[in-house]
Amino acid sequence: MSAPPRYTLYHPRWYRRRVSVWWWLQNRSYTWFVLRELTSVFVAFFAVVYLWQLRALGQGPEAYELFLARLRTPPFLALNTVAFLFVLFHAITWFNLTPKAMVVRLRGKRVPDWVIVGSNYAAWLVLSGAVAFMLLRG
Amino acid sequence: MPSTVALTVSRYRPERESEPTSQTYEIPFRKDWVVLDALNHVKDHLDGSLSFRWSCRMGVCGSCGMKVNGTPKLTCATFLSEYPPGPIRIEPLDYFPVVRDLVVDLTDFVRKLQQVKPWIIRKEERPPGEGEYLQTPDQLDTYKQFSMCINCMLCYSACPIYGLEPSFIGPAAIALAQRYNMDSRDQGATERLKILSEHDGIWQCTFVGECTKVCPKHVDPAGAIQQYKLTAATHWVRSLLLPWGSR
Amino acid sequence: MDLFTCDVLVVGGGGAGLRAAIAVAETHPSLRVAVISKVYPMRSHTVSAEGGAAAVIKANDSLDEHAYDTISGGDWLCDQAAVEAFVREAPEEMLRLEHWGCPWNREPDGHIAVRPFGGMKIERTWFAADKTGFHLLHTLFQTTLKYDAIQRYDEFFVTKLLVDSGRCQGVVAIELSSGQVRAIIAKAVILCTGGCGKVFPFTTNANIKNGDGMALAYRAGAPLKDMEFVQYHPTGLPFTGILITEAARAEGGWLLNKDGYRYLQDYDLGQPTPKPVLRSMELGPRDRLSQCFVKEQEKGRTFEGPYGHYVHLDIRHLGEKLIDKKLPFVRELCLKYVGIDPVREMIPVRPVVHYMMGGIHTDIYGATPLPGLYAAGEAACVSINGANRLGSNSLTEILVFGARAGKAAGAFAAEQAEANPSLVTQALDEQRRLEESLLHKSGGKERIATLRTEMHRIMEESAGIYRTETVLKEAVGKVKQLQERFGDLSLDDNSYTFNTELTAALELSYMLDVAQTIVQSALERRESRGSHQRTDYPQRDDERFLANSLAYRVEDGSSRIEYLPVTITRWPPGKRVYGR
Repeated sequence: MSAPPRYTLYHPRWYRRRVSVWWWLQNRSYTWFVLRELTSVFVAFFAVVYLWQLRALGQGPEAYELFLARLRTPPFLALNTVAFLFVLFHAITWFNLTPKAMVVRLRGKRVPDWVIVGSNYAAWLVLSGAVAFMLLRG
Repeated sequence: MPSTVALTVSRYRPERESEPTSQTYEIPFRKDWVVLDALNHVKDHLDGSLSFRWSCRMGVCGSCGMKVNGTPKLTCATFLSEYPPGPIRIEPLDYFPVVRDLVVDLTDFVRKLQQVKPWIIRKEERPPGEGEYLQTPDQLDTYKQFSMCINCMLCYSACPIYGLEPSFIGPAAIALAQRYNMDSRDQGATERLKILSEHDGIWQCTFVGECTKVCPKHVDPAGAIQQYKLTAATHWVRSLLLPWGSR
Repeated sequence: MDLFTCDVLVVGGGGAGLRAAIAVAETHPSLRVAVISKVYPMRSHTVSAEGGAAAVIKANDSLDEHAYDTISGGDWLCDQAAVEAFVREAPEEMLRLEHWGCPWNREPDGHIAVRPFGGMKIERTWFAADKTGFHLLHTLFQTTLKYDAIQRYDEFFVTKLLVDSGRCQGVVAIELSSGQVRAIIAKAVILCTGGCGKVFPFTTNANIKNGDGMALAYRAGAPLKDMEFVQYHPTGLPFTGILITEAARAEGGWLLNKDGYRYLQDYDLGQPTPKPVLRSMELGPRDRLSQCFVKEQEKGRTFEGPYGHYVHLDIRHLGEKLIDKKLPFVRELCLKYVGIDPVREMIPVRPVVHYMMGGIHTDIYGATPLPGLYAAGEAACVSINGANRLGSNSLTEILVFGARAGKAAGAFAAEQAEANPSLVTQALDEQRRLEESLLHKSGGKERIATLRTEMHRIMEESAGIYRTETVLKEAVGKVKQLQERFGDLSLDDNSYTFNTELTAALELSYMLDVAQTIVQSALERRESRGSHQRTDYPQRDDERFLANSLAYRVEDGSSRIEYLPVTITRWPPGKRVYGR
């Protein structure tokens, strides 16, 4: 057809790009975000271990010794280390994001972000200190 | 300092191709130039068929949002000197349908903006003749940040949730709803709650936080959404415990 | 040809256009009102306004004072009845906007705060930090979303007004996303398309300010009034031309020449004081301040940079706290575009084209001489700004006259019968013209950028702050030549979808028509008044020129100037005195 398309015959065609399944690898922020979300798996893992520990406690000293022995095996130690690092990451990202979600106003002015983040870390330190003290003393 | 730099620009001409292609232009490198100046140079002197939106060139109208080397930016506020030695890749914003070259369709956002009722809702309007609604500077401060949104859509282009679930209301719309919710003159928070706490409202957000990172006006839409989640959740709990409450 | 109909059609989605649409929706709820804009409304140039909007609300102020400041600021070329209506309706319009949610800055007790501004004797400028236009526009846009009666046609580029039986009955527009030409029939049309700063090379204006509505009305037979009055804002950034708001001077900024001297004191604008005194020194009217810059440049007392001469705006003494509270956007712009922090360094500034006092001739209800056609905002000339606009009057103007034009157009539309379907033939002709002369044209030799740069050069030389007969006469001929060369334009882009080269070409044709009226009006006004300064006629001549110029289009594309004497009611012409 040699004649150019007329206005009335033409319709717009918009292009929609498919979002790739690997979208979260495109960008450092996205990757950190997915890792952050994955920490929930490890938090759940610790919760399960804790429940398992309680059950073992309830079953008597032999069962508890068995439980502790299991925890000392290399694969479990490795898993626990990895889990611990992820949960640490979880705590740090959570604290750092708190001021975004929680806006505290004192006498009409907004409390600065570092105060909120700082008080979270401070409380964490104090609580950890208290727990460490109780454990190490006894 | 190089004298020229290459610009690789995404092209899409729906009348003759079914997918975007890319075209590279060699443009003069000036340290005072922003990416928009480079695009205008292409349009004026190299290829008049390149289509893109722009208007104010001072970062306040929100027209010129595009992806520069993969990151959503306002091209009028992004200097060429941030990207030596090139080539600089320029693409249209993600997650919106591409109409032509660097132009995307924004009707989805405008529709969503209207849905969240971004206007002052009052039970009773006072006539203007009776004077202004009083509002202290501190009250103004509570919502000021969220009112700075220029509707540039960089946040939508950065939000992977919007990309995966296009029905998500989105960061800017929620931030603007929150701007009105927190305005001391507004009484429409309950009305907006219904729309925002739907499935495609705030609960789709998983706090990736990329929207706040790319926002050129420091609106912090991620903060707005998380704060609103707290409000919505509190409201839900209260309505469970005190179902006879009127608000 | 796809036809859309409505009752009132508003062309332009900026402050005036959106206010007009709301006015129609509120006063005539049964009418269908449509807003058509070549960009999304929140991109309109209202968004860049910074300083503030003036209205009388404080106890120490009075309507007469505001009126006198405006009329003397306009060098007595203002329509005094219009100014009186303007100052009277301003406070209510501004309060209405406050009710709609505009985040005006407040005093500690919660009342609206006001700041001083250039040329005003009493503080009356309401402000929202230094992004008043941005907040105003977004408040208006978001409020229009409330009305079901308001239908929007976003990114539709109007190319022609439809006129039949002596009445304006709609427009022809290109729907940008598809490239399809549509006819939109209406019973009344309101043009709120803004000014035409892009006719000049160095301007604060955005890319979209091409005088579209002015040219459309001009081609349809309505006259353009006072086109020779172009406002040069004294403080724009060199190279980009980005606006540094007058509020920087209102809060206490100083203009210093290359010797660090506050040079305005040499030009009968008062004595320098550490704190700003209203109507004195840096708070003088914009035209006088820009003229002082040119005189300093002639004396060799300005800095010379890679982008021309400039002087310094010093706001360091205001302190970081005040700057962050009242001038945050100024700080942001300086940091970004000049790389300096105004808290610690001085800002390089120079006069830059900013506002068009002239525009489509309307009466005080926004009606043009063409029945069915209304205009408001910068595109219109009522005139309340006369020969020089005072800062912060324009944002109020768009609200007051946007509302007036909306009400008047609504009342007119309510009385009209349905439109004549023969208008479609006109629309089809327009579609053919667009295709033949631009879209599918082959063999043309001219390029948009070349013609545009030529036009810029001509306008900069001839219609600057100081003008003279010979240069203006030459300019008239040269612009005419450009209009002819436009006929030989060739486009790279022959497609339909979002063809911004086509719209750029159409905008250039509008700008050439408007440029023609500017130079012709400037040539024939042989006096100096306000922002129109003739080196060959340096005095104001009330005997011959206390009149508004009206530019009518002639068949061959040139303009014919007539004069309409100014109606003096309560304020007889006097001397413009500042600093005393």
